[in-house]
Amino acid sequence: MTIKISIQAAHKTFGSGDKAIVALQEVNLEIGSNEFVTFVGASGCGKSTLLRCIGGLETLSSGSIKVDGVDINGPGVDRAMVFQHYSLYPWLTVTENIKFSRKLRAGREDLTSSDVEAASGRADALINLMGLNHVRDAYPNQLSGGMQQRVAIARALLPRPQILLMDEPFGALDAQTREVMHDMILHVSKLEKTTIVFVTHDVEEAIYLGQRVVVMAPRPGRVDSIYQVELPEERNQDMKLDPGFLQQKKAILTRIRETAGMHTDYELLERMTQQAAQQNDMQ
Amino acid sequence: MSSRNKILARWDSLWVIRGELSRRTYLLFALFGMLVPLAAWWGLSVSGWMDKVFMPGPMEVVSRAYTWFMDDELSHDIWISTYRVMAGFALSAVLAIPIGLMIGTYRPVQAMLEPLTDFIRYMPAVAFIPLVMLWVGIDESSKIAIIFIGTFFQMVLMVAEDVRRVPITQIEAAQTMGASRGEIVSLVIVPSAKPALLDTLRVTMGWAWTYLVVAELVAANSGLGYSILRAQRFMQTDKIFAGIILIGLIGLTIDQLFRWLHRRNFPWMYKK
Ligand SMILES: Nc1ncnc2c1ncn2[C@@H]1O[C@H](COP(=O)(O)OP(=O)(O)O)[C@@H](O)[C@H]1O
Ligand SMILES: [Mg+2]
Repeated sequence: MTIKISIQAAHKTFGSGDKAIVALQEVNLEIGSNEFVTFVGASGCGKSTLLRCIGGLETLSSGSIKVDGVDINGPGVDRAMVFQHYSLYPWLTVTENIKFSRKLRAGREDLTSSDVEAASGRADALINLMGLNHVRDAYPNQLSGGMQQRVAIARALLPRPQILLMDEPFGALDAQTREVMHDMILHVSKLEKTTIVFVTHDVEEAIYLGQRVVVMAPRPGRVDSIYQVELPEERNQDMKLDPGFLQQKKAILTRIRETAGMHTDYELLERMTQQAAQQNDMQ
Repeated sequence: MSSRNKILARWDSLWVIRGELSRRTYLLFALFGMLVPLAAWWGLSVSGWMDKVFMPGPMEVVSRAYTWFMDDELSHDIWISTYRVMAGFALSAVLAIPIGLMIGTYRPVQAMLEPLTDFIRYMPAVAFIPLVMLWVGIDESSKIAIIFIGTFFQMVLMVAEDVRRVPITQIEAAQTMGASRGEIVSLVIVPSAKPALLDTLRVTMGWAWTYLVVAELVAANSGLGYSILRAQRFMQTDKIFAGIILIGLIGLTIDQLFRWLHRRNFPWMYKK
C-alpha cells in the first residue's frame, strides 16, 4: 500500500496564553492510497481541526502534513471537502452546483477542449451515480437533507480529487437515509479510488465504513488508539449485527467513554428514584 | 349551540401562535386594518370635535390633491422629489456597496473603516444641513448631499453585515475547490449576499424619503416636502395631508417594486 497522506508530529494550538487550547498534540499518522479511514472521539477532541488542517483550511502550529510526499500549502484541488451542511450554493441549481469548480480558474487551467467535453460527461455521470437525475434543475432548498449531501459529494468529486475529506457529512440525516448514504459512499470509494478521511461521532458508522477507525481523545486533542476493522472488503447492512462488529463497537465505545471523562452517575440516578418513591409513599 | 361552538372554534384557530391564514382571510384582515383608521379619520372630521381647518376630511384632501395636480404643478413636485431621492440614493448605493463588501470581507478594511463609520453614523445627519448649505449652496446638489449623508453610513454598515452573514461553509467549500480570493468574492460572496443586499436597499430607500423631506423643508423651492412646508404657512392642512399621503403612496409603490424585483431575481428563495 502506498502512503497518500503522512501526518508528522502535528500540533495545533488555538489562542495563546491562559486561553490557549491545544486542539492537536503530537499527531502521527499515515493514510494509504485508496484507504477509507474514519475518525471518532468525544466532541472537542480535534477531529474537525485535523480534517481542516489536511484540507488546508487551517495551518498547523508545528509539524507537517504531506500528500504524496509533498508538504501541503493551503487548500488544493487534490483534496476535496464535504461539510455537514450549508455548503451548497442556494442560488445555483443542482447541476450548476456540481459544475461549480469548472467556473474556477484552478478547475479550468490545464484543460484541453476534449477534456472540457469529458468533464461535461463527468458531471452527467456523477448526477447519475448519485441518483440526482430527477432533480438536476431543482434548487438545493427544494431537496431533502440526504439529497443535498449527495449534491455536495458529487460537487466535491467532479474534479477527480485524490482525497475526499468528510466532516460528519451524514450527521444531520435520519437513520434510514444514512444507511443508504453509507452504501453509496462505499460504492464511490471503490469506483473513484479516492482516499477518504471521514469524521463522525457515530461509532457504528465509523466501523461500517472504515478500514481503520482512529479514536481521538480530548484535552489535549490527540490520537488515542487505532482499530483495524476486520470486516470483509464488501460491506452490507447485516454485518452490523455480526458478533465481531458488535464486539468492536463495544470496545471503541468503551474507549471513547474512558477518554471523554464523562459517564452516567448510576448512584445519583438510584438515589433520585428512591426519593421519588418515598414521596409517592407519603402521599 | 353546536354551530356557535363551531364559530368559536374557527375564531380561536385564527389566533394560533405563528399560525396560518388563508389568503382570503388575510386580505379581509388587511382591508379591515386599512379601513378602520380611514373611517376614524372621516368620523373625526365630520363629528365637528375638531376645527375643519386643522382636521380636513378625506374628501377635502382628495379634492385638494386634484387642484394641486391641475393648477399647482403636483407632477413637477413629484418628479423633482423623486429625482432627488433617486440621485442621493443611487450615489449612496454606488459607494456603499463596494465599501461594505470590502469591510465585510477583509479584516484590515473593517478595522480601518467600521469604527469610523459607526461614529459618523451617530452624528445626526440633519445637523449637517447648515454645513452642506455653506459648502454646496442651495441648488439640487445640496438636497442630494443631505440624502446621501443620511443614508450612506447606515448603508455601508448594513451591507457589511449582509456580507458577513454569508455562511463560512459556502466560502470554505469554494476554497477547497481551488477558488482564488477574487473568485470567492465574485462567485460566492456577492451572489450569496445579493438577496440581503436588495433588502438593505429597500429599507434604506425608505430613509432616503425621510431625508428628502428634511432637505426640502429647509433648503428648497420645489418638491413635495417644500409644498408641505409652504402649505403650513397658508394654513392649507388639506394640502399637508395630501403631501404626506402622496409620499407614503410613492414609498409603498417603490417598496413593492423592490419586493417584485426580489421575487423575480431570486426565484430559488421562493420555491419550496
Ligand atoms: N477556530 C477556533 N478557535 C478557537 N478554538 C477552536 C477553533 N476551532 C476549534 N477550536 C477548539 O479546538 C478543540 C477541538 O475542536 P474540534 O476540532 O472542532 O473538535 P471535534 O470536531 O472533535 O468536536 C475544541 O476545544 C474547540 O473548542
Ligand atoms: Mg467537529
